[in-house]
Amino acid sequence: MSNSPIVVAHDEHNPALRHHFADMEQQREASEMGMWVFLITEIMFFGGMFLAYIVYRYLYYPAWVAGSEHMDFWWGTINTVVLICSSLTMALAVRSAQVGQRKMLVMLLIVTMLLGCVFLGIKAVEYHGHWVEHQFPGPSFHFEGPDPQHVELFFSLYWAMTGFHALHMLIGVVLVGFIAFFGWHGKYGPDYYNPVENTGLYWHFVDIVWIYLYPLLYLISHRHLH
Amino acid sequence: MVLTVVTAAASRIDLRQYSAAVALAIATTKALLVALFFMGVKYISQKMTIVVIVAGLFWLGILLVLSMTDYAWRAFG
Amino acid sequence: MATVAVQTAERENYLNTEYGIRSWLLTTDHKRIALLYLLAITFFFFIGGFFALIIRLELLTPAGDLVQADTYNKMFTMHGQVMVFFFLIPAVPAVLGNFLIPIMIGAKDLAFPRINLFSWYLLMVGGVLMMYTILTGGVDTGWTFYTPLSTAFLNTHVVTAALAIFIAGFSSILTGLNFIVTVHRMRAPGMTWSRLPLFVWANYATSIIQVLGTPVLAISLMLVALDRVFHFGFFDPQRGGDPLLFQHLFWFYSHPAVYIMILPGMGVVSEIVTCFARKRIFGYKFMALALIAIAVLGFLVWAHHMFVAGISLYAGLAFSLLSYFVAVPSAIKVFNWTATMYKGSISYATPMLYAFGFIGLFTMGGLTGLFLAALGIDVHVTDTYFIIAHFHYIMVGGMVMAYLGGMHFWWPKISGRMYPEGWGKLAAMIIFVGFNLTFFPQFVLGYLGMPRRYWQYKPEFQVLNVLSTAGSTILAVGYLLPMAYFLWSMRYGKPAPDNPWNAAGLEWTTPSPPPTFNFEETPKVTWEAYNYDQIKEAPVE
Repeated sequence: MSNSPIVVAHDEHNPALRHHFADMEQQREASEMGMWVFLITEIMFFGGMFLAYIVYRYLYYPAWVAGSEHMDFWWGTINTVVLICSSLTMALAVRSAQVGQRKMLVMLLIVTMLLGCVFLGIKAVEYHGHWVEHQFPGPSFHFEGPDPQHVELFFSLYWAMTGFHALHMLIGVVLVGFIAFFGWHGKYGPDYYNPVENTGLYWHFVDIVWIYLYPLLYLISHRHLH
Repeated sequence: MVLTVVTAAASRIDLRQYSAAVALAIATTKALLVALFFMGVKYISQKMTIVVIVAGLFWLGILLVLSMTDYAWRAFG
Repeated sequence: MATVAVQTAERENYLNTEYGIRSWLLTTDHKRIALLYLLAITFFFFIGGFFALIIRLELLTPAGDLVQADTYNKMFTMHGQVMVFFFLIPAVPAVLGNFLIPIMIGAKDLAFPRINLFSWYLLMVGGVLMMYTILTGGVDTGWTFYTPLSTAFLNTHVVTAALAIFIAGFSSILTGLNFIVTVHRMRAPGMTWSRLPLFVWANYATSIIQVLGTPVLAISLMLVALDRVFHFGFFDPQRGGDPLLFQHLFWFYSHPAVYIMILPGMGVVSEIVTCFARKRIFGYKFMALALIAIAVLGFLVWAHHMFVAGISLYAGLAFSLLSYFVAVPSAIKVFNWTATMYKGSISYATPMLYAFGFIGLFTMGGLTGLFLAALGIDVHVTDTYFIIAHFHYIMVGGMVMAYLGGMHFWWPKISGRMYPEGWGKLAAMIIFVGFNLTFFPQFVLGYLGMPRRYWQYKPEFQVLNVLSTAGSTILAVGYLLPMAYFLWSMRYGKPAPDNPWNAAGLEWTTPSPPPTFNFEETPKVTWEAYNYDQIKEAPVE
């Protein structure tokens, strides 16, 4: 690391360099590490709900099977493909930033956003379907079949887990939007693309959460009623 | 990248004789691919960052495994 | 006197570089943010202390005659929540850690200064929400939010309290994240891991806990909110849920949380003891490793809070055994502090008095923790005043003393002024006496069977309760004194030299108070930590 004096003349370094860092490399390393530390906090956050899922599935397996049969298999599967494709476009967008292709970057980011919105739209359709069929826990819940109390618990976890996931997706779409806006104005290039990379990491993380949610919620039973 | 789409398809086709282990194995493979390639974990230069990721996953393990000792052993008293 | 005052006023430092409320509320200087935190946590200390006062006043008499039972429930709940989440958790890391860590490692600021400011605002938002909860009727779940009481049976402001703590937790997570990246990436040339002051190690270990544990608290509070608002039933047996699942999730964070509270204090003690014994720390490597060990092992013991709640006996056995292990690194630290003092040249300035207090009282609290790790004893004393005495010995006898010791030790650096040493010593002794009078009787009370969280008790417990309340008034006086003379010193205190204690550490090479960017030139470190054998002069008394 350099023994640089406090004040560095502005035309000597990257305008994106923050002054408490010695150089861009240090800034990039700090930014990367910080983002991963944040992601492991998210792992622990979702982890709490995964614990609840595992505990109750262990205790009430038949109710879990019954609940999963009422999930919409095709919407869930399509959503999985949509999300994985959006991860692909996001990764390509980061690469575009790395090599300085501004137009490509913005286009890929917009496609990512659109795919994210498709995901959220399908989720909205699913939610509406569940709501109409009295599968929202609480006073309006109604289930024909054995052990409705624990099936209601399954649905509580379904709504909570996919709800928090959808909230994170929404935040992600907004973030990608911001990055697309700044990207359009030429803020990112081969010498500075930390925000694009970090947003990408966030997006992929939310994708990975869904990759686990999908089999756990939709694929428990081999029967599918939808 | 094509592989990830393929594995999504594979999990779709396996409708019969479904086992949680198989589903989770496929999910983990997908997650690993996303992490390694899309997130660039394969190319991360700083060893410390890898330590951070492993630690996070290990801690999730602590939460899940230790808690389950309570539930699993309740049958015994 | 006037000339000296003019000299300090002339030199530019982080305090006088800019004036005006905007320069403070929009600052990204870690030192200013530290002072913002100081104001915040001091305010919350008063709030939490107020609830403690009501509790102790009520407990002067066996009958429930000061407040109603429901109100009493609110008092101990809010005392706990405010003290834990808005005072103890932020205190040393956000005030002393924020101020000192960049300077101690030779950096200009933390890795993410804007996130640092954002952390403070998060604490303030959470605090405002908490004050709203308090002022609109309060919450009475106990600080532990146990279900299904909190989700299905109470009509108080559970959700707003949970949200306030959720937001404050986010503040804690971001501070931890900031510290971890800072210590990894911002050390000056030559400042290797093995040359770091133990105060930095301690905050680093604390940050690991903050980052890995707090999110689980966050989700458990969110699920409680969902249960209450939408009637989801995660934790309600009447709806198929398991109350113990909440306790697993809650304590997975809240046990490591107590280590968030104590580890930074241990770091402070290491700095003080080495300075006032004029010796290198005994067993530096073990001290650093012990900090990490406490952080890691602390995550494996949480169900010792649930021994009587209905967990399986074998799980109880496992957690009991693990709880014994976690005491080992703490014991190593106490031993090493003592060994540091052996054949040292000890002087008794105020910070050292607090360090002594910490070592003794923390040891007592820690040993009683070992009693509690034993299943048989725990079954007898759980939910009694024994538990309360145990954790107050560590939190107040340990942590608050370490915090005060650190504030006195670094006050010259932070403010550029010396506090009045005579008053400092007096306050330390008043606090020590008041503390023991307050909490030692509570060990006896608990052993004799007085339950916690009850607003009335059997008449034979009254004498001990009166002693305890008397002690708490003495303690209160002791706490008010430093607040008064620190404020006094800002205007009338002797201007402080750069290194009033002749202490080792990079922070003492900067002026008191430091300039905004800490160092004229990035330091190059070529010496080991605590090189007191090379520093010839004795500390100024």
